[in-house]
Amino acid sequence: MNDSLKRLKKAWLIPSGWRYWSEVNNSVVGYWYTVTSLIFFFFAGILALLIRVQLAVPENDFLTADQYNQIFTMHGTVMMFLFAIPIFEAISILLLPQMLGARDLPFPRLSAFGYWCFLIGGIFVCGSLFFNAAPKGGWFMYPPLTSTHGPGIGADIWLLGLTFIEIASIAAAVEIIVGVLKCRSPGMRINLIPIYGWYILVVAIMILFAFPPLLAGDILLEMDRAFNWPFFDANRGGDPLLWQHLFWIFGHPEVYIIFLPSIALLATIIPTFSRVHLVGYSWVVLSAVGTGFLSFGLWVHHMFTTGLPGITLGIFSAASQAVAIPTGVQLFCFLATLLIGHVVKSVPMLFALGGMATFVIGGLTGVMLAIAPFDFQAHDSFFVVGHLHYVLIGGSIFPILAAVYYYAPLIWGYKLSDKLGKLCFWLVLIGFNVTFFPMHLSGLLGMPRRVFTYSDEMGVSSLNLISTIGSFTLALGFLVFLWDLFRPANKKKPREDNPWKAGTIEWLTGSQDQTVGIRSIPIVKTRYPLWDQPHFLQDVSEGKFYLPDALEEKRETLVTSTLDAKLVQCLRVPGPTFITLYSALFSGGFFIFATYHWWTATLISGLGAVICITYWCWSGTAWIPEKEKKDIGLGVELPLYKSGPLAVGWWAMFITMLADITAFISLIFGYFFYWTINENFLQPHTGPGFFWPMVGGILILISTGLTYFGKSLNNKNKTFSFYLILILSALTSSGGAYAFIMGPLVYKMSPTSHVYPAIVWVLVGWTALHAVLGSYMQLYCIARRVGGKMTARYDADICNVSLYTCFLALTAILTALVVGGFPLFAQGTL
Amino acid sequence: MRKPSVELLLLGFLSSCEGSFSALSPAGDKAHTIANIFWVLSSVGLVIWLIFVSLQFYIYKIRRGPHDQKKTQLLVIGGGVIFPLILITISIYYTLRPLPELVARAPSGSLAIKVSGLQWWWRVNYLIDGKEIELANEIWLPVNEPVQLYLESEDVIHSFWVPSLAGKMDTIPGRRTHLSFTPTKTGHYRGVCAEFCGTGHALMQMDVKVVEKKVFDEWLERQRTPALSDGSRGEKVFITNGCIACHTVRGISDIGKLGPDLTHVGSRHRIAGGILLNNKTSLRDWIDHTEIIKPEVKMPSFKMLTDEDKNHLAEWLEGLK
Repeated sequence: MNDSLKRLKKAWLIPSGWRYWSEVNNSVVGYWYTVTSLIFFFFAGILALLIRVQLAVPENDFLTADQYNQIFTMHGTVMMFLFAIPIFEAISILLLPQMLGARDLPFPRLSAFGYWCFLIGGIFVCGSLFFNAAPKGGWFMYPPLTSTHGPGIGADIWLLGLTFIEIASIAAAVEIIVGVLKCRSPGMRINLIPIYGWYILVVAIMILFAFPPLLAGDILLEMDRAFNWPFFDANRGGDPLLWQHLFWIFGHPEVYIIFLPSIALLATIIPTFSRVHLVGYSWVVLSAVGTGFLSFGLWVHHMFTTGLPGITLGIFSAASQAVAIPTGVQLFCFLATLLIGHVVKSVPMLFALGGMATFVIGGLTGVMLAIAPFDFQAHDSFFVVGHLHYVLIGGSIFPILAAVYYYAPLIWGYKLSDKLGKLCFWLVLIGFNVTFFPMHLSGLLGMPRRVFTYSDEMGVSSLNLISTIGSFTLALGFLVFLWDLFRPANKKKPREDNPWKAGTIEWLTGSQDQTVGIRSIPIVKTRYPLWDQPHFLQDVSEGKFYLPDALEEKRETLVTSTLDAKLVQCLRVPGPTFITLYSALFSGGFFIFATYHWWTATLISGLGAVICITYWCWSGTAWIPEKEKKDIGLGVELPLYKSGPLAVGWWAMFITMLADITAFISLIFGYFFYWTINENFLQPHTGPGFFWPMVGGILILISTGLTYFGKSLNNKNKTFSFYLILILSALTSSGGAYAFIMGPLVYKMSPTSHVYPAIVWVLVGWTALHAVLGSYMQLYCIARRVGGKMTARYDADICNVSLYTCFLALTAILTALVVGGFPLFAQGTL
Repeated sequence: MRKPSVELLLLGFLSSCEGSFSALSPAGDKAHTIANIFWVLSSVGLVIWLIFVSLQFYIYKIRRGPHDQKKTQLLVIGGGVIFPLILITISIYYTLRPLPELVARAPSGSLAIKVSGLQWWWRVNYLIDGKEIELANEIWLPVNEPVQLYLESEDVIHSFWVPSLAGKMDTIPGRRTHLSFTPTKTGHYRGVCAEFCGTGHALMQMDVKVVEKKVFDEWLERQRTPALSDGSRGEKVFITNGCIACHTVRGISDIGKLGPDLTHVGSRHRIAGGILLNNKTSLRDWIDHTEIIKPEVKMPSFKMLTDEDKNHLAEWLEGLK
């Protein structure tokens, strides 16, 4: 082993012993993530079997109504939030860098933080089931069943536990977006991005806009529960339908967030076994983008029976059916790829084809459900249960199983058994269809969803028994799968690198050391370099490309430009640390203690989280390098430090704030929603007046200006003025927060009295919190400069904070205009 | 007077059959339209699926060598774009054309009924001549006459669904939703709550009887008349043990508004939110084991009554025809 490889290995060394858990590298964290999501999957699967046992015969008393309701709620919740979304993030964290030819994702510690949040939140939510305290309002949590009529702690566990996990999901989305846009191999232009990368980019962007509305809904519902703010209480101006809108604006894209990554796996696997390039690459990409885009305009088809006007039903009905077109394009591109290639028969291909055949049934019943008239009957019946499992199992589980069989050699170094794979496939395929096909019929025969029992009179007894038998066959298939993963014979298998002869670059790492990832970062010229670029494997393994060495023994990867992947920066990524775990523990504590209304503990945890995260930023970000530029091989020198729009950190801030502002706009949507449905929304109430909101808005606007001024002073190295201006800016920002709070305060607006004061309080509260956070960040910048961590040249911190203040200003202006200006406008005085 | 009673008798016989839950044996104009849409859509869907799977089978099992690239691209355009585009255009036209009619209200002057969802039963108010006649868990309708339902909720969201007659419609607190249809076949139909509404969601059902107009009028007339006090022991048990705090029996006491109106409870096909066949034994069981039959129901069980009192009470209730 030569010296360069030795140094590289030393830099990327995985800590041993208990320090193993401080690792942040994508291959390790991705592996934890995948295993944890699969454990949650099997947990939720067992819950599904309990459901099927209960429904095997009419009037069964295996479970009580209360137990059944907890179990079906948890089955849906765990499958959706703790398996379906995390598994795609897990697979992406595990494989994306390899696919892009990077050594790691740009923010390894953020991935680790996300993982720990997911684990803690997941255990918290699942654990509730063992204390008979689990949420039981369904995974959709419709109020008022989950607000005024939902006593107990279950709904709080759902709201706070999942909010915590959603934050982790958004963190992963930020990571993935920046990863795909900025951390590709040189030469991997936008039209050469691996198809998986494209899909995952689309999905991560969808998360960015889909999760915040749910977060906003969670905030409103939890305020309703914890403090009796009447957002969903019709007697005080609230409306339960607002939750449904917010939930499904999230919930519908969610379906595509789950199945697009899996389709992406198919799009990766199918060309390998056809031995040809994917047919219609750009068509597939455009379809994925189109599906993602359309998916935000379909949510009302989950609300066809809430009494909305016919015209609304018609529009959403037509739009929902239109999704069949991009989906059709993708499936036919896959078929075409197989047609023009030489198909190699294999277990992953079986799962891929079986998944497509299954998914098409789900798609077709989906088109049926999109048709409002048919939905009037099928909605909330077992027909929907059948449909959604065809979509999610066909569109997601089959491809994931295909991917496990496909990527096993990359991850463990050996192929799984063909024989067991085939057995597993047939058991899963038959078990699945026997379970879920009869449900379409039982639904139309009148069986509603979410019933803990049914009477024999309903005429669905034999259909249900068949479903139950099928579910155990399906479970047997998964047992075979587990056995295949864990049987001891696997250990004796010889190592095989790229046994499927794939053409994509993640297979480069199979032949090398796992943690180092790729031996040297290649110049990519085609979509399938292993097939098309001569001597590619040899050149990469011999370290003939970029970064074959780690002279300073630091972890490094390359940053390239977004469109044409030209070299931009050699990025130093942080290594192992426990601070992410501590941050996650304290953040988790904040949410968990709040569930039990232990406010002191909540406050202490929250403070702990702030301290940990601050320390993490302080010690682990925007390192000032020892030299300006570094030789990365092939005679290329790259800068080690970038700030502003060229830095990955700036992009992360920008993307995070997009999610943040989306949540805020969802709250504004709430304000106007109440106004449109309730003619008495504004009239009988006074406050928060015009003066205070405007003062707040203007102060925050000034603070933003001051921050930018401070930034330029920093660049000019005028240290003293910089401190002065930033302190002023922090004061102004906090002053803005104060002014916003004063509005409803001086008018003595009581948030429990009516929905109007409640939503005003939420909006000003949101804004004030952001303004205070802005002040904190400005003080942080001062501290960085004092501590020598930020200089005139190395100014990433102030660049990112000034970007934050832009979004803060936007938030403040909108709040001022809505709570201060709109009442006057609506009453004709403005 | 003879003929209706014969029909009533016949109906009594018919209703001892279970009554249909099925959306696939429609007995209302709207259920009919939707059932037709279902059969057409599912047949077309089946054909599409068979084509897709045959194509997969051909690729994986039958054909030997690779196909021509150019021609295959036509498949993508044809199968992925043009074919679905045409089908979906037709489908949108075919399926949305009946939509306005499906969401339309019944013509004014039609029979109007207000139905409210509660955990876990249905309050039914016939709106006749500006007056409300309150019943529970059972609706009678005249055949071939449009009916307008006003749907409301008194606690959480429920959904009114009688699959054989029409699609479902949610009942939402603070809102009033509408459902109208015309029953086209006499018979006994079952309804369920379709929106998850808590512990007893599965135990929230109702009976709907579609009868000839004359029978309906006769029935309605009877439901409208108050019960007669007979001074029986059962009646006394009902009054003295607090039943009247929640239940109204018109003619005896009308303070109770929380629970179902029991004025003619004996005439109903089922009790307990449409889940127990109505007879003396069920009524007694319900009084005795309320929480076991329907977990977390708001009504407490009246175990503490003496066996004798329970029997008298059940007998009296059964007699409220």
